[in-house]
Amino acid sequence: MRNRHNLAVVLSAVVLVGCAALILSQGVNAAGEGKITGTVKLDGPAPHMKGIDMSKDPYCSKAHASDPAHYETYVAGANGGLANVVLYIDGWTGAAQASNAVLVFDQRNCMYTPHVLAMDTGESFKVQTSDQTAHNIHPNPNPMTGNIPWNQSQPPGSPPVEKSWKATEFIPVKCNIHPWMNGWFAVVKGPYATSDENGNFTINNVPPGNYTVTAWHEAAGTQTQKVTVAAGAAASANFTFKAK
Amino acid sequence: MAKIFAVTIILIAIASAIPIVMHMWPMPQDISTHGYLIDEQYTDTMWEAGLSFLASQFLLAFFIWKFSSPKPGDKIKSFPGGAKGLVIAAFLLVGTECLALGVFGVKAWASVYFTAPSANAMPIQVQAGQFAFYFRYPGPDGTFGPLHPDKISEANANFFGLDTTNDPDSKDDIVTAEMAIPVNREIHLLMHSKDVGHSFYVPELRVQQDFVPGLDVTLHFTATKIGKYEIVCTQLCGLGHYNMKAYLEVMSQEDYDAWIKQQAALQ
Amino acid sequence: MHDMSTHAVPHGAPTSFIRKHVFSIDHKVIGKQYYALALLAALIGMVLSWIMRLHLGYGSLAIPGLHLLSKNGAPGDVMTPEYYLQLMTMHGTIMVFFVLTTAPFAAFGNFFLPIQTGAEDMPFPHFNMMSFWVTFTAFLVLVASFFTGTGPTLGGWTQYAPLSAIGDVGGPGEGLGVVLWAASIAIFCIGQLLGSLNFITTTLDMRCKGMSLMRLPLTAWAWFITSIMGLTAFAVLMPACLLLILDHVAGTSFFRPSNAVINDQVLPGSGGSTLLWQHLFWFFGHPEVYIAIVPGLGIVSHVLITNMRRPMLSHRVLIYSMGALALLSYMVYGHHMFVSGMNPVSSLAFSFPTLVITIPSTIVVLIWLGSLYGSRLRINSASLFALGFISMFISGGVSGFFLAQPSIDIMLHATYFVVGHFHLVMGVAAMFGIFAGTYFWFPKMTGRMMNETLGKVHFWMSFVGAYCIFMPFHYLGIAGNVRRYQAFTDDYLIPLIPVHKFITIAALFTGFAQLIFVYNLIHSRFWGKVAPNDNPWEGTSLEWSTATPPPHNNFGDKMPVVYHDPYQYSVEGASTDYVMQTSTEQLKNTDEEK
Repeated sequence: MRNRHNLAVVLSAVVLVGCAALILSQGVNAAGEGKITGTVKLDGPAPHMKGIDMSKDPYCSKAHASDPAHYETYVAGANGGLANVVLYIDGWTGAAQASNAVLVFDQRNCMYTPHVLAMDTGESFKVQTSDQTAHNIHPNPNPMTGNIPWNQSQPPGSPPVEKSWKATEFIPVKCNIHPWMNGWFAVVKGPYATSDENGNFTINNVPPGNYTVTAWHEAAGTQTQKVTVAAGAAASANFTFKAK
Repeated sequence: MAKIFAVTIILIAIASAIPIVMHMWPMPQDISTHGYLIDEQYTDTMWEAGLSFLASQFLLAFFIWKFSSPKPGDKIKSFPGGAKGLVIAAFLLVGTECLALGVFGVKAWASVYFTAPSANAMPIQVQAGQFAFYFRYPGPDGTFGPLHPDKISEANANFFGLDTTNDPDSKDDIVTAEMAIPVNREIHLLMHSKDVGHSFYVPELRVQQDFVPGLDVTLHFTATKIGKYEIVCTQLCGLGHYNMKAYLEVMSQEDYDAWIKQQAALQ
Repeated sequence: MHDMSTHAVPHGAPTSFIRKHVFSIDHKVIGKQYYALALLAALIGMVLSWIMRLHLGYGSLAIPGLHLLSKNGAPGDVMTPEYYLQLMTMHGTIMVFFVLTTAPFAAFGNFFLPIQTGAEDMPFPHFNMMSFWVTFTAFLVLVASFFTGTGPTLGGWTQYAPLSAIGDVGGPGEGLGVVLWAASIAIFCIGQLLGSLNFITTTLDMRCKGMSLMRLPLTAWAWFITSIMGLTAFAVLMPACLLLILDHVAGTSFFRPSNAVINDQVLPGSGGSTLLWQHLFWFFGHPEVYIAIVPGLGIVSHVLITNMRRPMLSHRVLIYSMGALALLSYMVYGHHMFVSGMNPVSSLAFSFPTLVITIPSTIVVLIWLGSLYGSRLRINSASLFALGFISMFISGGVSGFFLAQPSIDIMLHATYFVVGHFHLVMGVAAMFGIFAGTYFWFPKMTGRMMNETLGKVHFWMSFVGAYCIFMPFHYLGIAGNVRRYQAFTDDYLIPLIPVHKFITIAALFTGFAQLIFVYNLIHSRFWGKVAPNDNPWEGTSLEWSTATPPPHNNFGDKMPVVYHDPYQYSVEGASTDYVMQTSTEQLKNTDEEK
């Protein structure tokens, strides 16, 4: 009997040490990981974005009294950079990315901030409201993907809703109370980035190797590019979209 | 106890009538050409219903007061005229009341529903959807382009599902979130529902009509007073029902012309 | 009359607890079970209305603990718009079906109809037992929708298509919630069909010797007329609900229109019609209003006669009036649809019968008032509620004049005016009928008296409170306040919010009074004063000639024989001021019904 106990203790210790080693070695690896940076540009002038008439809800129209709201299908910077493009690695097989920041999808002045929220599968994100009027959040995933649609309201003062998506998909999200409010949940696998107003992006935590980077825009479509990432270095990938 | 009860009934009856008599929460002002018929009908009905209400409550209270403390020797008395008299009274009083209200009411109803819009009535299409109204003006060609439900994209401000590339009639259609109309001009409203049941209610216009999904109905009216009014939905259409509204702006012809030009430029 | 072939198979008194109190085939136990169900449902419905009223009056106020009811519906105790509508739908459904239909009709009717007709039991006791348990199942199915995650349906108790037919995309609860709702109502219909069948057969075939139809008390007539309405109305609602379920689970398109677009997606379905649903629903829905109120007319007449110590001016006229109400109720249903988009000529066609239906209603009220004249009125909790019923019935009735006219309906349709109208005439009035019946029959049902003082407190708070709630609804409606809004954000509605605050306070006050009633009911049931005798109110109909509470077969060894009209009060020359139906005393100076 006594021997058996000893055996159990020894085995446990081995397992524990093994686990610790694995965790530590990952940490060591992270230092060797590279990243992918680049810029997304829009070819030609940015399409005209229509103004939004929010008169149906006086709260919303008041919020935009001095700064009229426009649709955000194409948001292009002064230098031709295209915002709201999601960049991710096609066919990612690595581990899920540890999320380091809480993703927030805010309803502010009857618009979605950000307009496109990228996330990893299973990564949780928060939907919150900063408005003094009620919104409902109604994402509409494809029923074949396994993502389950939901439709829930957030009146002023209600706490954030925390959710996550199971499968990769670009999911349109709408507010039915304010039909102009539309945005996207871009659910991808592995490391991702979203281009900023100048079209710049950085995908962090990419282990060395050969990859296909995909750039997705809600209206302009998708493009891919092959890149090679070296340990601790930044690979570059630039995209140019044509407005459709 | 019975006497307090009788007094309570009378007090409640009087208290109930006060806000009506004092117009404490009146009907919104009428800004339509047909509304006076509805208002007259309403006033007549208020007189008849109000008097019936007060008379029956008073009678109830009076009888409770009078007959609730019988003395030991009191005999049962029968109401003069008996049941037969009361039945005849009901038929005569209420029957004529009903007949009168019904017959005169036809006029008000007919003015809204049994008349055709005049030839120069201005057509406007209104589309109700969860949870907003959108309006479409036919533009200079005076013709509405066809609707393509599969092309509806609220994310791209194509609320009606117009195909401006292929349908020439749609090219000059003007889509707005507010409804502006010139004053004293008859409007022919074409009502279309995008999804579920909704209703178009403008109290000041004396207009309320449900949208029937799958069936377009029409309505016509003339506004006589310049101002800003609210169009609200009265048919439960889902969680945002309470927030489903649009503004109706009744403008002078010049203001309207300027407004529609401005809207056309925004398309 | 006394035909053995139509009698229930005589069944001995059960001995086990389960057969006696749970799966009982005794109509009296079933009646009490219905009453308990209605009481439970009414309490739930009332709490829902409190939450709604608090939200309407004080919208920014978080209601502590509300998140315990629904995590999604009220996150952080803040009511979401959909949750308000879900509670509203459940309030309406629970109150209309499980309170207003079950209490005055199924509960009291079950207990007293066989006794008043002089029968041992209903003709189909097992159907009767099934009717209750089916209704109970329906209630469980409905309540289950609170626990589906997305919550119950938000479509209102009228469940207008296509919102109710398109599934979850229409809003939270519009998928599973609607299916559960429709299933619950379809099951409920089965229960009521079984019950109605029993009521009709009891009235027609189970009367004791000497009990001609015209010798039936007004309550029995009211239940009989109601059961005929129930048989025809629920038979229409059930298939409507089944079709609605098929639209959800079988991909049919009865109520789904073509080309409906939500979230930029064209929904499946074509050719379905919202008007089809509305016609089916209101063909049931309007008779349902009378199913809720006609038993009240009977109970109030019955209670008043006993307390006025005189019969009504005319027994027959009241019966014919109730019959006319029932018949006309099928011809008026279109007044719910004046602005629905149906042919405007139909609106006029439905308007006239609607105006005409005020004639029998007026006759009933005038007969009551005329009979009150020269009576020897006794004031107690039961008669106070009966008199309160008359006041409410008048107040709720006169607003019908407005809504019967399509032209005025353009202004008042779907406003609080309608809400005030039907709450007074069908909600409060019917509840007052239930209360009158409860205070009146409690000694017969339990062998104990209810506390009169608490009963009167209950009455005063309810009477004044109900007026404070529902009269202002009319003013709101006239000002154009749309119903079924969870908040009043429109510019022209904001000035009306103080009225809503007043109504909220009145609703809490009136609701509190109902808790006094529940306390009185439960306390008196176990510790109340024992009924002094079998006939504490000195009534004449058969329920007062049997033991208290009545034995298993209602009349013990000896079946009753009836010699008189139901209401022989203050008959000249009689030995007492009331002559029971079973009394063998010969009466002069009366023209009794044959």
